Amino acid sequence: MIPSVFFYLFSAVLLASATAVVTSRNAVHSVLFLILAFLNAAGLFVLAGAEFLAMILVIVYVGAVAVLFLFVVMMLDVDRVQSREGFQRYAPVGGAVGVVLFGELAAVLFGWQVSPGADALRQNPIPADMFNTHAIGQVLYTDYVLLFQLAGLVLLVAMIGAIVLTHRVRLGTRRQNITQQQTREVADTLELLQVPLGASMQQTGTYRPKPALEPAGAPADTHHAAPHDAGEH
Amino acid sequence: MPQGVLAIGLGHYLTVSAILLVLGVFGIFINRKNIIIILMSVELILLAVNLNLVAFSSALNDLTGQIFAMFILTVAAAEAAIGLAILVTYFRNRGSIEVEDVNLMKG
Repeated sequence: MIPSVFFYLFSAVLLASATAVVTSRNAVHSVLFLILAFLNAAGLFVLAGAEFLAMILVIVYVGAVAVLFLFVVMMLDVDRVQSREGFQRYAPVGGAVGVVLFGELAAVLFGWQVSPGADALRQNPIPADMFNTHAIGQVLYTDYVLLFQLAGLVLLVAMIGAIVLTHRVRLGTRRQNITQQQTREVADTLELLQVPLGASMQQTGTYRPKPALEPAGAPADTHHAAPHDAGEH
Repeated sequence: MPQGVLAIGLGHYLTVSAILLVLGVFGIFINRKNIIIILMSVELILLAVNLNLVAFSSALNDLTGQIFAMFILTVAAAEAAIGLAILVTYFRNRGSIEVEDVNLMKG
């Protein structure tokens, strides 16, 4: 009785917030409704006895993916009014595809039945005497350890790919170049001049210090090549 | 007293999952001006798939479905990260994230 009540509650909120995700005018609202949808899906997972997956869903989706979405939505300055054009145009075809898809799914839903041999095909029967997390760990780190490592590799590739895609070299910023600092010689910056005794500026000319070594790609301006650069390291 | 999905009925779970999947597909169709919401719709579709796998896992008393759902979760997170990275790069280059504008390669 009580599981059914909670099931209907979670399902109703899940479907309502999913509808709000796709129809909301503001992309920020969409992300917030997406978070609500994931939380309710986690509730459904708990009802189905998959507590570990429910917590992973909350941590990974609400904690990481949704925040990533929120970050990107707020970073990109998308015109909100313009982004709703085309709703009238594409709603009929979208609705038609949705109805057809749902009809097919409903046909499957009412037509399927469990094969009598299904019980014999079970690979990892859920043990009755341990918690869900314990059972998943016992299977995941033994039978599926290769897949587990490959999943980690997928995440590594995604991380590197995201960094490579969004990284850009900013011109005009001054970064610390450790190699350049360490290989710097005294002769690069310091020059000893033989100044005659009593010679004035008219005889020696105005002396400018040597420009500091610029890293490749940075704009070369002599303005910052002040004498105090010599004693910086 | 039956535990897990059997207390509620597998059909209920499958119905919710089917409606969620259809909502995701519908979202892809109507949000032609905003690729971010299309990415969110893809997340909804993957969530529907996960719900299906977990429901069957519980109903058939087999842990494999939950393992599978976990790998789907991993791939979905990676997909979201890469998709948003591509989106940010695209927005920097073109200043818009409309689907109709993505014809630079004239494919």
